[in-house]
Amino acid sequence: MSTFQLLNGLTFAALLFVVASGFTLIFGLLRIVNLAHGALYLLGGYIGFAVATRTGSFVLGGLGAMAAIAAIGFVLDQGLLRFVRGNDLRQVLLTLGFAFVLDDMALVIWGGDSFTVPIPQMLKGGMQVFGVFYPTYRLFVLATGIFVFAGLWLLLNHTRLGALIRAGVDDAEMVEASGVNIRRVFLVTFLLGSALAGLGGLMGGAFLSLYPSADAEILVFSLAIVIIGGRGSLVGVGVGSLLVGLLNTLGQVMFPELAYFVIFGPMALLLAFRPLGLFGRAATT
Amino acid sequence: MDRRQFLKNSTAAVAAAGTGAAPWRRAFAQAAPIKIGLLAPLTGVVASGGKEMVEGVQFYLDSVNYQIAGRKVELVIEDDASNPDTALQKARRLVEQGNCHMLIGDLLANTGLAVANYVKGTGTPYFIPIIAADDLTQRQRIKNVVRVAGYSASAFTHPFGDWALKQGYKKIATISQDYTFGHEQCGGLAQVFTEGGGEVVQQFWHPLNTADFSPYLGQLADLKVDAVFAMETGADATRFIQQYASFGLKGKTPLLGAMNATDQSVIRTLGEECDGIIAAAHFAEGSDNPVTQKFTRDYEAKYGKIPSLYGFSMYSGMMWVAEALEKLGGKVEDRDAFLDTVLKTELVGSPLGKTVKLDAYGNPIYDVQIRKVVKRADGKYWNVPIASYPGVSQFWKYDPETYMKQPPYSRTFQGIKKA
Amino acid sequence: MTEAGSAQTKIAGMTGRAVSVVVVLAIAAALPLQLSNYQTGLATEVLIFGMLAMSIDILAGFAGRTSLGHGAIFGVSGYVVVYASAQAGLPPAVAFVLGMTAATLVAIIFALLAVRTSGVYFLLLTLALGMIVWGICLRWTQVTGGENGMRGDVRPAFLVTHRAFYWAVLAAATFVSYAMWRFVRSPFGLTLLGIRDSESRMKSLGYNVPLHLFIGFAVSGFFAGIAGALYAMFNNFVSPSTVALAQSVEGVLMMIAGGVGTLFGGFVGAAAIITLENVVSAYTQRWQTVLGVTFILIMICAPEGIIGTLRAILTRGRLAKERYKGN
Repeated sequence: MSTFQLLNGLTFAALLFVVASGFTLIFGLLRIVNLAHGALYLLGGYIGFAVATRTGSFVLGGLGAMAAIAAIGFVLDQGLLRFVRGNDLRQVLLTLGFAFVLDDMALVIWGGDSFTVPIPQMLKGGMQVFGVFYPTYRLFVLATGIFVFAGLWLLLNHTRLGALIRAGVDDAEMVEASGVNIRRVFLVTFLLGSALAGLGGLMGGAFLSLYPSADAEILVFSLAIVIIGGRGSLVGVGVGSLLVGLLNTLGQVMFPELAYFVIFGPMALLLAFRPLGLFGRAATT
Repeated sequence: MDRRQFLKNSTAAVAAAGTGAAPWRRAFAQAAPIKIGLLAPLTGVVASGGKEMVEGVQFYLDSVNYQIAGRKVELVIEDDASNPDTALQKARRLVEQGNCHMLIGDLLANTGLAVANYVKGTGTPYFIPIIAADDLTQRQRIKNVVRVAGYSASAFTHPFGDWALKQGYKKIATISQDYTFGHEQCGGLAQVFTEGGGEVVQQFWHPLNTADFSPYLGQLADLKVDAVFAMETGADATRFIQQYASFGLKGKTPLLGAMNATDQSVIRTLGEECDGIIAAAHFAEGSDNPVTQKFTRDYEAKYGKIPSLYGFSMYSGMMWVAEALEKLGGKVEDRDAFLDTVLKTELVGSPLGKTVKLDAYGNPIYDVQIRKVVKRADGKYWNVPIASYPGVSQFWKYDPETYMKQPPYSRTFQGIKKA
Repeated sequence: MTEAGSAQTKIAGMTGRAVSVVVVLAIAAALPLQLSNYQTGLATEVLIFGMLAMSIDILAGFAGRTSLGHGAIFGVSGYVVVYASAQAGLPPAVAFVLGMTAATLVAIIFALLAVRTSGVYFLLLTLALGMIVWGICLRWTQVTGGENGMRGDVRPAFLVTHRAFYWAVLAAATFVSYAMWRFVRSPFGLTLLGIRDSESRMKSLGYNVPLHLFIGFAVSGFFAGIAGALYAMFNNFVSPSTVALAQSVEGVLMMIAGGVGTLFGGFVGAAAIITLENVVSAYTQRWQTVLGVTFILIMICAPEGIIGTLRAILTRGRLAKERYKGN
């Protein structure tokens, strides 16, 4: 694989990581398969686009996207999911219904046209890296992915909240029994996971563009990553994103016929033989 | 009058008069409205094109006050969701429940083929200004499917191949969405280009809705060709053009596009990335032909945007059907006479500023413009013609019978002549 | 009290339940005489999708495993039927049998991989497998026609009219319903119920749980295949959207709307969703929002579906009556 294709795979993997990390936080701790995660990504992109074009600032666009999507996540969790707590299947299907509504509303507001989030001037153009001319913005995405990984690592391993989250992934009841307000931890996690989806939308919207079916595509990738990497494991998501990102790029170049198989084959096999994924741990409940 | 109004009216009428058509009703049929069923992708991958299709039809009908040959026109709009199963379902609804006299529209070839297969059985006239699947007017011609104001995919890339040769290009590469429309556009270009001595170094095919073109752009950069032909539509076109520029290929290798790639529905939301891309089409919204200029101005005044291929084609298609119906005195119920008249009608009022006729196979003959994307005085981008090929048919310079003996363009057959 | 409750009045030698079945069938058969061609087509679709929803229910309602891959199984049957008929020129009956066989085979392959998982993982695995099938149908253009799908005149000549086809589908639906009903009431079916309620208990009782699930999946796929073959004949057309995830989701939604575990709720759910879609689409483009909101409301307020909720109301009524009598 050439340096160029390697960079392509890595930068795509970085974007996938940002989105999938949010997904796994929610899946890992709350045991909710949030099928509206893709819609949150797309909506984050659209809102980020609206803010960025109006204010001229990419950073404000990012903050706006994260805040707005966290708010929508709040509505989803507190307004809807609270009625179906504990029932895995009902939760999943409710989020699916929510995704339908979000999609349609996005279509009403932004129409079917494709939008691209404007890149700040200093990230335009390209630079020479490892002997190839590569777009600066994509390298920025790669850097952001690494930054988010580092940030989440610090959060999970060096803060109290992170310790609570990790403990909750293993055994939520135990954490509650030790006097912690687990509901608040859950809520914060849900908001954080949603905000990451929104951030992913803004970033992806700048080089992959935003369009009506982008949500289903990113959701499907997120599912594959979380299954392959393992529920509730940050390292798992990182490894999963790398695998999926690189396989996708390789697949497009070498086996275009088998585009989906390259990702879903491993995912299906893992689910069948090692449902916990590469780094997942079984919950004790 | 749009679909909702139509349905409320018809529900009221049906409730008042009872269901079923009694024989005495047929006598009054002439005064009854002409019902047109419009199918367009209002959701899904090509939703932006679909919306403009509806606008194009409405723009025309508004200009004649929804009256053709003394009869009122009722337009029923259904969303085919860019999906053949849904298109089939909606076509069934329009014909069987809505009792539409004719169907018009659809954008993606697979939706068109599904509906064409259905109307083959019902005999309903089906007009396809946008569907470009070659065979519907060639080898697999269905009697009641007519490509008014439309085009077959390879019709414009045949002369484009000739133009590319004249620019001195010797080697090109193609990248295209992997479906019939893409195969046919590339095939048309490849056949004429290679028969004239050129070489198609490599062809890339990618699934519809490819978000990330980087794998292909890397390979294209390595190929060192004189030009790249990109057959992209909708969101894929937007992304490809942007990524082509961001990976630095824009300055190095000239980009030739399918007309859909440089259509207004795509370049409207782009900036300098699309500047200078060349395509071949019958319609160039920046043309200096006075009729085209008036059309573009009026459309822009009404809808706030420069008309795209989709708006223009549906407008012309609706105009064509209307002109045929005027000749027929509005007798849309007589299907054979209706279809016959449509095939014989020449579109006099076309926004192209020139009369358009159909060839013996029901496909229009156009003057093909080689057009370039340039910035207008107000900063918006549009297409301006830089060269012209008059009177081009779907068969280019080939004899129709001989041409139809070669297989239809596909991934495996691109008409490439081996050196 | 219980004596009165279980006494069965017989009419012409048939039990109350048998009479209601006959009445329902008679109404169903008479429908096309009252409905327009288009509405008969809709009724045909209700029957076909009802069968699909029921086949999903065999696993979801009776074995506790909801699958998001049945759309693919359903669609594969359609592909094989159209291919056999249009490309290979085989007679419709042969094509039909081939379709059913193909669907069952796909279900068996899915089952081999999925049988060891449950709950959300089962859902995701069947989703992934369905996507693989979709990817194949989309990309293997030589055989499946790719994006364009495949067209053909699949119906036998005597079933070309709307009415004739409806009656044929009604006959098939009757047969399928009866077969499924017997299946879930058989000892095998009861074992599946046991697995749904407590897998560990069944295991400790010595039942081979994976084997039972495997057979259940295969049977479910067989019935989905019948529905798929009929759908291919209905449309004379098949495309990747027929095997797509959306198809699986629609099937699950219809099953839930009718009532998980009620089996015949599948028809009710299919009728509800299809009618809703037709009515809503006449007034607004926002069908997807309506569908989403319906989904959400069902999950929150009526997860037992229409029939499930009705049963709950009736049971509550009966219990209240008995309590009152007891006082």
